[in-house]
Amino acid sequence: MNTKEILETINMIDNEDLDVRTITMGISLLDCMDPSVEKAAQKVYDKICRYAENLVKTGEDISRQYGIPIINKRISVTPIAMVAGACPTASPVHFAKALDRAAKTVGVNFIGGYSALVHKGFAPGDYALLESIPEALSETEFVCSSVNVGTTKAGINMDAVEKMGRIVKRTAELTAHRECIGAAKLVVFCNAPEDNPFMAGAFHGPGEPDCVVNVGVSGPGVVRAAIQKSGEGRNLTEIAELIKRTAFKITRMGQLVAQEASRRLCVPFGIVDLSLAPTPAIGDSVAYILEGMGLEQCGAHGTTAALALLNDAVKKGGVMASSSVGGLSGAFIPVTEDAGMIEAARSGCLTLTKLEAMTAVCSVGLDMICIPGHTPPEIISAIIADEAAIGMVNSKTTAVRVIPAIGREAGEELDFGGLLGRGPVMEVNPASPLEFIQRGGRIPAPLQSLKN
Amino acid sequence: MNKTEKAVITVIGKDMVGILAKVSAMCAEKSMNVLEVTQSILQDMFVMVMLVDITGSTAAIAQLADEFDELGKSLNLKIHIMHEDIFNSMHKI
Repeated sequence: MNTKEILETINMIDNEDLDVRTITMGISLLDCMDPSVEKAAQKVYDKICRYAENLVKTGEDISRQYGIPIINKRISVTPIAMVAGACPTASPVHFAKALDRAAKTVGVNFIGGYSALVHKGFAPGDYALLESIPEALSETEFVCSSVNVGTTKAGINMDAVEKMGRIVKRTAELTAHRECIGAAKLVVFCNAPEDNPFMAGAFHGPGEPDCVVNVGVSGPGVVRAAIQKSGEGRNLTEIAELIKRTAFKITRMGQLVAQEASRRLCVPFGIVDLSLAPTPAIGDSVAYILEGMGLEQCGAHGTTAALALLNDAVKKGGVMASSSVGGLSGAFIPVTEDAGMIEAARSGCLTLTKLEAMTAVCSVGLDMICIPGHTPPEIISAIIADEAAIGMVNSKTTAVRVIPAIGREAGEELDFGGLLGRGPVMEVNPASPLEFIQRGGRIPAPLQSLKN
Repeated sequence: MNKTEKAVITVIGKDMVGILAKVSAMCAEKSMNVLEVTQSILQDMFVMVMLVDITGSTAAIAQLADEFDELGKSLNLKIHIMHEDIFNSMHKI
């Protein structure tokens, strides 16, 4: 019995916000298709309730057995556009409502998969689903939506990018009375992973089995504390080593929880997502880790380099700790969910352009960023196009989750409450990309050699 | 399952008379065999770590966690009981 190690674990949980962020059950809905939308929606509801009946209780039991907080229990499903394609004349919102009811019945706090994969073009069901997103997100509480508009192998579907600018804005408008929260549940991806357990971008990819359990770990507070405790004068090689060791421990805990959840639910274990996912809790911040490395404030020159080091070290440490790694794995930089980022954005040190550069080396992309409500749709489309281009060229996942703050200007704030946090509206470059966006078409897939 | 199952109880807080007695009384009441105890006092802070065999325990570990939590609150201490797997997986390769 090693007392030091035991107390280290206790301290991580009690004082450094160590937790398992989510147990997400992925459920395939491919067998729920039906030409009648009522029948199909009923099948969707029944299947989710049958498979996920014990998900929440099992999560809570595991949490108490090991003494580890498991914050969220969630569900991801097959992209609804695939299921909705079988009933072309009906509104896909029927499915959103069925998902919402199922989430309420089984007690999960989010259900992801009101999604479409349109990176190379639109299949039956895709157009209707995209156009229905604003209505679906404004009329449901738990449903999350995502759209994949590009991949490294297919290029970027600019027709979809053009649409998504309007859809993001419309979603914010329809939920303007609720702090525009609809847009916080909508992610536009490039290279979307099929096994991601984190919301709002989770969906159960068509290559996945019937049902699977994925676990997302967290622990920015633990990494920050480890750097702080290591004292001054450590060089960056040593810091990288320290982050790797810490990530290893965090991920081992995630692996244990994933295996136990898989055993108890009799569902195969999918992946552990090794992400550093911040929360608005003071201390549980990725920005503070970067500042702990020696930056005055997140957003200063040097932030991209520090984030690159962090992101890589987290993956290296985590990969050895789990039998199967996937999802988004890396460091998240959601502005409104991270106390340090909120401060940096308020003070003006962290800008949208710096965030864009950071997304080239972080695990996801422009995440939870409030932009002025009057931002025209084509600028939102152009933000999406830039971000998708970074992902496409660098063979990584990138995403955009911006929230147009309807009726508010730069400097004012949106407050979502809970894990989604709060944050200032950030300035956007007002120069118009209208003509570029209106061209539509496809940006061809990039060359995979001559990497300069 | 005949495998022995072990859990770790940790007690952290301000030192006072009878902590060990109360925690081990709870162990006896639930038929948990105490295998190992280490305790130390660092500047008034009492830190105790106990390894217990819960194979024959009369209560499930989730329930034990709640009861130790209650006991901890009544004594103004932090008492955790956690399955040993968590420590093995985090600190051993």
